[in-house]
Order: sequence, then structure tokens, then C-alpha cells
Amino acid sequence: MTAAGRIPAERLSWYEATARQRLGALVDPGTFVEIIGPEERETSPHLGIFDLPAQFDDGMIVGRAAIGGRAILIAAQEGRFMGGAFGEVHGAKLTGLLRAARMSRRDVVVLFDTGGVRLQEANAGELAIAEIIRALVGARSVGAQVIGLIGGRAGCYGGGGVIAGCCSTLIASEHGRIGVSGPDVIETNMGVEEFDARDRALIWRTMGGKHRYLIGGADLFVDDRPAAFREATLAALGRGGSLGLDTLVAEQARLERRLARFSDETDAIEVWAALGIGNAEAIPELATREFLLAAAGHRESADEAR
Amino acid sequence: MKPAEILRSLFPGGCDLTADGGLMAGHGPLPGAGRIHVLGVAEGTSLGVEEALWLARRVLEIGQARDATPILLMVDSGSQRMSRRDELLGLNEYLAHLAKALIIAELAGHRSVGLLYGHSAAGAFIATGLASSALVALPGATPTVMDLPSMARVTKLSIDFLREKAATTPIFAPGLDNLAQAGAVLEIWDPDKPLDLQLTSCLGRLSAVDERDRLGQERGGRPKAAAIAARVAKSSL
Repeated sequence: MTAAGRIPAERLSWYEATARQRLGALVDPGTFVEIIGPEERETSPHLGIFDLPAQFDDGMIVGRAAIGGRAILIAAQEGRFMGGAFGEVHGAKLTGLLRAARMSRRDVVVLFDTGGVRLQEANAGELAIAEIIRALVGARSVGAQVIGLIGGRAGCYGGGGVIAGCCSTLIASEHGRIGVSGPDVIETNMGVEEFDARDRALIWRTMGGKHRYLIGGADLFVDDRPAAFREATLAALGRGGSLGLDTLVAEQARLERRLARFSDETDAIEVWAALGIGNAEAIPELATREFLLAAAGHRESADEAR
Repeated sequence: MKPAEILRSLFPGGCDLTADGGLMAGHGPLPGAGRIHVLGVAEGTSLGVEEALWLARRVLEIGQARDATPILLMVDSGSQRMSRRDELLGLNEYLAHLAKALIIAELAGHRSVGLLYGHSAAGAFIATGLASSALVALPGATPTVMDLPSMARVTKLSIDFLREKAATTPIFAPGLDNLAQAGAVLEIWDPDKPLDLQLTSCLGRLSAVDERDRLGQERGGRPKAAAIAARVAKSSL
């Protein structure tokens, strides 16, 4: 495949890039072998009902590749097609990949970029997410690592956020918003007083990569560049370990501790101040290096408890 | 069926169950021998960070016991709790934690049957009934993926158009039959027959393999998922 289009990989923004550009810049050159690629035209059987155009890969790219010489399975969502949402074909590709990972114990890297369930095929999408979670937990239970990368335009919302919460390691950039109910959904159901979906700063600090990294909702925080995601992925692939009851007992304690510490805070800035960060108001403005320095020694870690 | 009627039919000899703000936990005897843990989300309660943790704690306690006592998870929930606070605290991790707990408890020998007897939606459904070993339902249950006003906002389609489509399009429309057709529901129980016998029969039928995509194909709701997943899995090895 063409690695990164015409833009050199070092200048590519992960946020702006397409799924194929991200994937090409992440893996070792020439190692990616796609499974059920666009040439097979396995499109959504449902979008036509809504007079919507199909895409030949249904917005999900899956295959085998190598990173740092290590064989992996990889999946990438295209946020520009239907908001990266999970439909029947889109979801089934990731389910199949994770079922194989359980059999081969091969590690899986997932490039998330999704608003959640594709509502035009809502029942298929909801079930796809349930099947992905079951396959993901099965793969992790035998020792395969499942690493999620989040920094795309659509963020990682709805059922996608729940899948992300099942991964062994999450790598996020500042753009990497993670949540269940997106801003529009909260505003529609609960009113603009509960969440103003037009308030960009509120969205970034409530759901963005910096906040998630600070409270332990993401493990590694990186620049908005493929090389940074690649370096972090290499580090995450070496972590090892399988998901079992011990992990979840530790996670239960971690999540109870988070509630005990931050239950009364109403804004992210209060949470960051409660973490002991001196100038919490300045966090959104900090560049990556300064942010990581400010976070060090204060952030909640999720090591061995995810 | 009302929860009290359901429990009487499941446990004619009575059961030991405590309720706490829309959540339930306890256990009851199975016909013949043995018992089953009972957990539940009732009265349309939304699943926020506290509710997910409450349920996960009990699932993990069950999972750590060195027996193979199964779990009945009764579901009449709202959706995930939609609030700024829940999102601030990372609700996605709390729901994922509950789903992982159910699946890992199953791998440790504690199979679970989700019993959908009322409503459930979106993330709450994913973390409860859809994370059980198998989901069964009673007639009258009303699962949805997302309410139509939110769907209209997200898809930028008019609510009238969505209502019209919902009446004719199973793959997108809310409702038990539509979800069952897609393979989500293993069986719909008969409320006029004893539920205890239907429960034991169901426990005997549980598969270690996720059969929902195959069911969806057989029932015509999801024509492609099973074949695509199988092809990808084969080519990934």
C-alpha cells in the first residue's frame, strides 16, 4: 500500500490523517497484509435502506503486520466514513481479528476513530460491540495484548469507549476524546445546562486525552504524530500479562479510589487540582513535554489494574 | 411480567434477595439441586459509575468463589447515565469493568444468564445483558440501542423520518423481536410456563462459543457478520 500518501510521515498529523495513512505510518514498511480489503467490496448490506453510499471497506481496515519486527494483528477505523461507527461488516472484521488473537495469542493494535454504534444499522452495531468485547476479553485472558490508539477526529465514543475500556493499554493524544455519552447525546437528553455541546473547551477538558491520562483512563500520552504513536505502541507491546480476576480486583479498587477522590468535583480543573497539580488551569495550554512534566508524580496510574 | 411474579415463578420456594436503590443481589435455589446467584438492575435504573461498580463488586466476589454457581442477571434498566459528572469520572471504564467482570467470571466457571424483562438501552445493555453468557427475554421487554430524539440529533435525520423507518426496518428499529432477529437473544421465555424449568433448560444449553452472529444469520437479521468474522479469523492465523 502507499505508506502515507504524499505527506512525509514525520509531518503527518494523526488527527488529520486517514485510517490508511495512520496504519501505513505506524507499522514496519511493507509488512501490512490486509484481510478482506476494499477490492472484495464487502459493503454494508443496510445503508442502502437510507439511500446512503457504501464504502468498499465499510470504514474498517484489518490485517497482519509487524511493528519493530514483532508480528501483530491490526485494525483501523476510518472516522471520515459514517463517523467511524460500528456497523455489521465493520464490527465483524474486528470480531474475527480478536477471535484469531485468542487462538494465536498474537497481540492486537486497534486504531480507534468512532462515534459508537452506526445508528442506521443500530441492532447490528450494538451486537457487534458486544461480540468484540467478548472476543477481546477472551484474547486478553490467554495473554494477548490489545492496545488501543486514540487521537482521531471522531474520538472514541459510545460502545467504542466501552471497548477501549477493555483494552490492556490505551495510548492517547490531546485530541483523543474518550467517553460513552457524547456531548450531543447528553445535551439532547439532559439539556444544555447539563452539557453545552458547543463548548469546545468543556469537551476537551472533560473527555480529552489529557484528562483521561491524568485520571488513569489512558496509559500513555503522546504527540499528535504517527512516530509518537509508534514509539508508544512499541513500549506497550513489551508489557505482557493476561487479564484475570486479579486484574479486575485491582481495577475495582482503582475505580473505587477514583470515586472516593473525585466524586464531589464538578469540573476537570477541580479534579486536576485535587490530584495536586499546582497550576491546574494551565493544563489545557501545555505542550506535550510540559504537560508530562506537570503530570509526573500526580497522575493516577492504571498499571496492572485495567 | 412484574418482578415479583417473575421471582415467584423462578423460585417457587422463595429466594433470598435484597434491593438497594434499583439494584438487586441475592441467591435462590435451582430445581433439583444447587443454587443460582441473582443480580439485577430494576425499575429502569440508569447505569452510572456507582451502579456499575456496585454490580461489578458482586460479580467479582462470585467469580473468586471456587465453585461453579451460575449467575442470573435480571435487567430492567435505563441507558448509561447521561451526565457530565459520569463522563468526567470515566464512565466508559466503569461499564467496561462490569462487562469484563461478567466475562472473566464466566471463564472462571460462573456462567451467567441475562434475563431482560423490561427496558435496557445503549451502554447499559452492553455492560449487562449483552455481556452475559447468554441473553434471554420475556415478552414485553423493550430493548433499544438509542432513543429516537438522540438518534435524530446524531444522524441529522428528522424524527418523523426515523419513526417511519423504525416501523419497517428491523436492523435499525428498537424492540425485542428486532434484536432477537439480529441474534442478541438466545430464547424468549413463555411466561405461562414455569420459569424455573426454562432457566434450568437454558443453563444446560449455554455454549462456550459466542453464537450470536450465527443466530443472526439463521434468523435473517444479520446476513454477513458470521461469515465475515470467520473469514477474518481464518486469514489472521
